[in-house]
Amino acid sequence: MSTRHVLLGLLAAGPSHGYELKRQYDARFPQARPLAYGQVYTTLQRLVRDGLAAVEGTGSDGGPERTLYRSTAEGSHELGRWAQEITAPAPFVTNEIFAKVVVSILVAAAGPGGAQDGPEPDAAAHLRAQRAAHMERMRELTALKTTPGADLSTVLAADYALAHLDADVRWMTTTTARIDTLTAEVNGS
Amino acid sequence: MNTPTEQPLSGAGVLISARGLRKSYGRTEALRGASLDLHEGEILAVTGTSGSGKSTLLHCLSGIVRPDEGAVTYGGEELGLLPEQRLSELRRRDFGVVFQFGQLIPELTALDNVALPLLLAGARRGHAHRTAGEWLERFGVRGQADLRPGGMSGGQSQRVALARALVTGPRAVFADEPTGALDTLAGEQVMTALVHTAREAGTAVLLITHDAQIAAYADREVGLRDGVVHSGPAAVLGQEAARREG
Repeated sequence: MSTRHVLLGLLAAGPSHGYELKRQYDARFPQARPLAYGQVYTTLQRLVRDGLAAVEGTGSDGGPERTLYRSTAEGSHELGRWAQEITAPAPFVTNEIFAKVVVSILVAAAGPGGAQDGPEPDAAAHLRAQRAAHMERMRELTALKTTPGADLSTVLAADYALAHLDADVRWMTTTTARIDTLTAEVNGS
Repeated sequence: MNTPTEQPLSGAGVLISARGLRKSYGRTEALRGASLDLHEGEILAVTGTSGSGKSTLLHCLSGIVRPDEGAVTYGGEELGLLPEQRLSELRRRDFGVVFQFGQLIPELTALDNVALPLLLAGARRGHAHRTAGEWLERFGVRGQADLRPGGMSGGQSQRVALARALVTGPRAVFADEPTGALDTLAGEQVMTALVHTAREAGTAVLLITHDAQIAAYADREVGLRDGVVHSGPAAVLGQEAARREG
């Protein structure tokens, strides 16, 4: 999962500081490994260095003083590009797709301009396009393993990839069927 | 995104065309304006969830069921307008059908099951049995020729059923979840046999499945959702809103 893009996605809702971003990240991806504070701050600094985020100021909100970060126009554009990009269909890509689905929902909720100058992320459309890419890869692998004379190693390697891609497709099917509920949950939390 | 999913094989003519099919069973609308083209020699997967109308679509396209509205056209003839006798002849001569299970005649041996369509078409007994034997060989079940369906495994029965569906040299085979009752390996053998034989013979296959791994044997895929066919990447996944509308 691209921590950099997910943090940028969380910033789409408005300026935030590292501690709050970590808390949101861990809440949105409860099955992922919790994000280390060090990684949050390193990633934010790199986003600032690359012009994708900027320091908005500092705020204490009654607690210790914290640096507030915001997404830049360039950051929003990059986020839109990444969220629409089809992930190469390979085994175990679901986490990446899930991240894009959640980020797309966050950016869409931020309203027009959430992805300034870039394509508006659409979680359902993304899932459909990703499924089409998966099916295309599955057709290639099926053709490969059913080629007359294919050796068993080729067949088994293709079977391995097919079984994992199939699991992704099943996940995409059930996620699309529940996208409205997910959207309400992500926007409500 | 333009993928091969959206387009059939280039240059292949339309073999069977369905337009605006509607079919209800009581108050349940199985098809609500489904349109589809099956091209010559292509393998087309129709995917969708349970209850999306997949089997009804297959029944309409193969002339087993007449739609309430809409038209299925094959070879310049509209199936819904044909007298039953002509429709039976078409189904026997030009179409083959394979279901999930239970389509073999339990009292007949594998050889007799496969020979039956040839005998019904007027072939002599010796010729029918020789040809049936060749088809059993092609599907790797020659050794089961003298067994009745009850004595065969599920995978063997399905391969015999495929031999029976293809023995008359049909222009199209309709397969409704042909591997639905089989384990992965048996399903793979059945699909490989079906795809290779259909490609060799130039037979078009309409493959109904809810399984992405089975759909991946096809040249392209369309999705059936709430009784309507959707093609292209937008085809297959149904959202809550779409379901609620249904």
